[in-house]
Amino acid sequence: MAFKILERKPLNWAERTYLPQIITGLKITLWNLFQKKVTLEYPDVRPVIPEGYRGIPTLVKDPKGREKCVSCQLCEFVCPPKAIRIQPGEIPEDADYAHVEKAPKQFDIDMLRCIYCGFCQEVCPEEAIFLQNDFSLSGYSREEMVFPKAKLYEMGGTFPDQHNKWGKKQQAAEEAKAHG
Amino acid sequence: MNYLPVLIALIKAVLMVAVVVVIAAYAVLAERKIAGWIQGRYGPNRTAFPVIGYIPILGKMLTRLGVFQPVADGLKFIFKEDPIPGHVNLVYYFLAPCVAFIPAMTTMAVLPFGEMDGQPLVLANLDIGMLFLLAVSSLGVYGIILAGWSANSKYPFLGGIRGSAQMISYELAMGLSILPAFLWANAPGSETGMSLFNVVQSQDQLWMVIWQPLSALIFLVALFAETNRLPFDMPEAETELVAGYNTEYGSMKFGLFFVAEYTHIVIGSGVLTVLFLGGWNFFPGLPSPWPGGWVGGVLSTLWFLLKVFTVVFFFMWIRWTLPRFRYDQVMRLGWTVLLPLALANLVLNAIFIALFDNWFV
Ligand code: SF4
Ligand code: SF4
Repeated sequence: MAFKILERKPLNWAERTYLPQIITGLKITLWNLFQKKVTLEYPDVRPVIPEGYRGIPTLVKDPKGREKCVSCQLCEFVCPPKAIRIQPGEIPEDADYAHVEKAPKQFDIDMLRCIYCGFCQEVCPEEAIFLQNDFSLSGYSREEMVFPKAKLYEMGGTFPDQHNKWGKKQQAAEEAKAHG
Repeated sequence: MNYLPVLIALIKAVLMVAVVVVIAAYAVLAERKIAGWIQGRYGPNRTAFPVIGYIPILGKMLTRLGVFQPVADGLKFIFKEDPIPGHVNLVYYFLAPCVAFIPAMTTMAVLPFGEMDGQPLVLANLDIGMLFLLAVSSLGVYGIILAGWSANSKYPFLGGIRGSAQMISYELAMGLSILPAFLWANAPGSETGMSLFNVVQSQDQLWMVIWQPLSALIFLVALFAETNRLPFDMPEAETELVAGYNTEYGSMKFGLFFVAEYTHIVIGSGVLTVLFLGGWNFFPGLPSPWPGGWVGGVLSTLWFLLKVFTVVFFFMWIRWTLPRFRYDQVMRLGWTVLLPLALANLVLNAIFIALFDNWFV
């Protein structure tokens, strides 16, 4: 068998006073007293954020500056605490990306409700919403903590677009037109 | 009538209280720092003081050491809102912090802290100094009992009960453990009684801790229990009883309990130093090199304080090393181990002294 039964020796007289053990403990703590400290002095020193961290949900744009969200409202639907409120809007006919058809008119995330579950990021068919590294946010009122679309884009920044879905669609449409 | 002696005594007393309270405040800081260091943290290191904190290197260093933290803590205690729960018994609720605080401040009157030209530096050099100390310091437990009882809620109540039981159990062992020290300090026929000064003077060759290690150990353990320090912090036991007897207190009332607790530790360390660590005597076997006059007084006081701080450090070191005993273990240790041990120690010492006197002297 792979285990070994240790015989439990009865404590001898010195051990039963506990004093030797206390002295050993004292030695350990004294040694620790002079060790390097492990505290991360937070506001001055920031922790390294690991890959896949779920911070504040933000909206991102693609490299051409197009807002990726198509206001399908899947994230609004999936969000467990109902932190997301979306008002879908139309993209005007004469815009560059008119063929995308829809974009959010209003997109609010209530950061006081959000539980950083990441469902929105997972469900989004357009890869438009990401939970990023920011983890500390504060405000003076509840209203202030409902982040509007502009702010969400500002925090989100630009993400590379691997699929170029709408670009390809546009291209295909143009080709189809060219071939009549 | 001449008011001058009264005035001088008053000034001395105020000075002594101020110094001890400041030491107690910095003992709190030391506790937090040592706790931090032992656990791999820094402890308080942010509180900066205007002007002093801005001195290039020194200010930064003091801030990192947390030197200004007690000032901030004290101010916080004073200016915080002081909520009074609706279910408390108001009279005793207000009385308890005072009852805890006053004995802690009174005991220091008889504690000698230095020597000048053969005279003790002490507020009152009583013949029954030790007796006074024991009597007054154990009054402090009334503060705990009253606080626990008047709060009318379960955790403080349990804390109060535990506090009183523990105090009674360990008082006995403590009293018995210091008697051998006095037996040895008082040569037959001398009239020094229980004066603390004479105990120190009798240790100029040999510290009592070397001669009486068992008494010193029992006294130390009992002292831990009497000052409600871990591993015997039954009345407070923050992991079991929220904050024990002072759960319902806030602001400066809690501050009074807090200061009283740390004053007890400082004074207790002082008593331990006086009784067993040779007070202001230099090293065992070496004559004290203190010159006469006030220089000697200051030097002996500093040496005494150094020893006291070492003992205070030991208190904290123990606190962050040992876990808390269970309540029944505390009682068992007190009644079935320490008390018989202290009794046997006393009897054996008495017999030994009697034989020694008969045959050799
Ligand atoms: S963020 Fe994604 S899931 Fe949410 S509405 Fe926009 S496209 Fe749909
Ligand atoms: S992370 Fe979760 S809670 Fe927060 S907005 Fe997205 S779905 Fe809602």
